[in-house]
Amino acid sequence: MRNLRDAYSSALIELGYKNKDVVVLDADLALSTKTKRFGTVFPDRFFDVGIAEANMMGIAAGLATCGKIVFASTFAVFATGRCYDAIRQSIAYPCLNVKIVATHAGVSVGGDGASHQMLEDIALMRALPNMTVIAPADATEMEDVVPAIADYHGPCYVRIGRADAPVIFEKHGQFKIGKGYILKEGGDIAIIATGTMTAEAIKAGEILRKEGIDAMIVHMPTIKPIDKKIVEKAKETGRIITCEEHTIIGGLGDAVAMAMEDDPVKMRRIGVNDVFGESGEANELLEKYGLTSENIARVAKEMVKF
Amino acid sequence: MHDEKLVKEIKKNALKIRKLIVESIYRAGSGHPGGSLSIADIIACLYFHEMRYNPENPRWEDRDRLVLSKGHACPALYSALALCGYFPVEELKNLRKTGHFLQGHPCMRKVPGVDISTGSLGHGLSVAVGMALAGKMDKKDYRVFAILGDGEVQEGEIWEAANSASHFKLDNLIAILDRNGLQIDGPTEEIMHIEPIAWRWSAFGWNVIEIDGHNIKEILDTFHNIKKNEKPTIIIAHTIKGKGVSFMEGTLSFHGKAPSKEQYIKAMSELEQEERELDV
Ligand SMILES: Cc1ncc(C[n+]2csc(CCOP(=O)(O)OP(=O)(O)O)c2C)c(N)n1
Repeated sequence: MRNLRDAYSSALIELGYKNKDVVVLDADLALSTKTKRFGTVFPDRFFDVGIAEANMMGIAAGLATCGKIVFASTFAVFATGRCYDAIRQSIAYPCLNVKIVATHAGVSVGGDGASHQMLEDIALMRALPNMTVIAPADATEMEDVVPAIADYHGPCYVRIGRADAPVIFEKHGQFKIGKGYILKEGGDIAIIATGTMTAEAIKAGEILRKEGIDAMIVHMPTIKPIDKKIVEKAKETGRIITCEEHTIIGGLGDAVAMAMEDDPVKMRRIGVNDVFGESGEANELLEKYGLTSENIARVAKEMVKF
Repeated sequence: MHDEKLVKEIKKNALKIRKLIVESIYRAGSGHPGGSLSIADIIACLYFHEMRYNPENPRWEDRDRLVLSKGHACPALYSALALCGYFPVEELKNLRKTGHFLQGHPCMRKVPGVDISTGSLGHGLSVAVGMALAGKMDKKDYRVFAILGDGEVQEGEIWEAANSASHFKLDNLIAILDRNGLQIDGPTEEIMHIEPIAWRWSAFGWNVIEIDGHNIKEILDTFHNIKKNEKPTIIIAHTIKGKGVSFMEGTLSFHGKAPSKEQYIKAMSELEQEERELDV
């Protein structure tokens, strides 16, 4: 298990040494997002704007117009919902080089409850022209995402959770913006997952294998632009399940459905079913909202039976 | 301090800007004449004297920046940019037209000389803070100007930005508040008061200067005398919405409406009359 926020801050620091144009902003959550570590190493290139998230997005835009590569971080709920208009008008529309790296996405935030459990951020950011949307699955991948988005010119939204996550990728160098990965081949059904749910999808694949079902497991770190080729491959199985720690409206499921265009296959979406979250232990909440390998396997079995 | 010749030249340019505002909005059939006319003198002073820029190289790194936070007033900005040579004055005829680049609100990707896209009120000052911050980081001596509406400062983000500007000691940031007293639904003080506005900005740690926003000499002198005292500066410019066109002055109705043909002819003849008077 490793924490993606730790991976984020280490990768940021490494990037900071390599590229003097990197500037990091936070809005009084620099200890939680861990950007404070960057600020300690590079005090001249780190600004805490206080509890003023929309202002942070505007400042990020202004810095970007002057050639800076700006990483702006806070919790996903504030980074997107509170700042939607600022992001839309001042970052996405002028297509500026701002990387919004939001932490604490999803119900697994736990005790803070619905006010802090952002489940609509992918939908919001996906809807914005020019915006790239990424949800890495583990710390290794997060360490690849940071330099990749810094190299890419344009606005990006990266969402990560709060909790430690199982390490899926042993090696660096796999992540490319816009590419999905087949983690396991299989012909009976395809399970496409993003972010925190990829680890669950892998476990679901093992459960299914024991029961004689051969599932293709796909990790889709970039939700926008979606990897159409991988969706084509998944379609060949005739059945697709999408998994995301996000509302089933407007997220990965919709992105995959859109990629199938006029020629869809049978599809089910695993995600939070149009409700707000609530306070609780992360694992209990994931269980309650069906965001587990067992639930994925159950749905897969149902689909394969028909 | 500034000589009569310069003042007169800028007055002429302000009149040219006013004529182009009326003309382009008339041809577009929609737009915001009131708030564009109220900033014409300020824009003229900025573009014909105060600001450093290069129309041949709109993204020149050392240029002064302008954030038109009240983006609906872009006909004033577009007119100045055209007169300065960023694009042909002819293009102003195509304001707001499909397939043409002069958008109804400023777009930095389409219009050379526009430093940031605006239109949703309340964001511009934050962006200006970012630009000014970058200037400090890079040890550059450019300045960032931001033009705000007096209704616009009812937006909360303005005060987040104001707070951050003084915190970061951005004395390279100069905001200009277009204090024309009117917003869409009525006078600012009736809709949602902003007074005591000078006091509010100074409480946020800014240098505050109040001027007559139509007195060219006063505007020029004010820009010239801005202090470098680690504080951002706000110029509260008292203006008249619709200034220069008698039937638009101080009215709500021309906030966001194009003139009719008769109104257009009347407005142009008034402005031309003023031009003739300047020449004698
Ligand atoms: C966030 C936002 N809300 C509402 C509007 C619609 N709107 C356009 S202009 C305007 C009034 C602006 O008043 P003021 O700032 O005083 O500008 P001026 O009078 O100089 O035109 C409003 C409400 C907008 N553009 N952005």
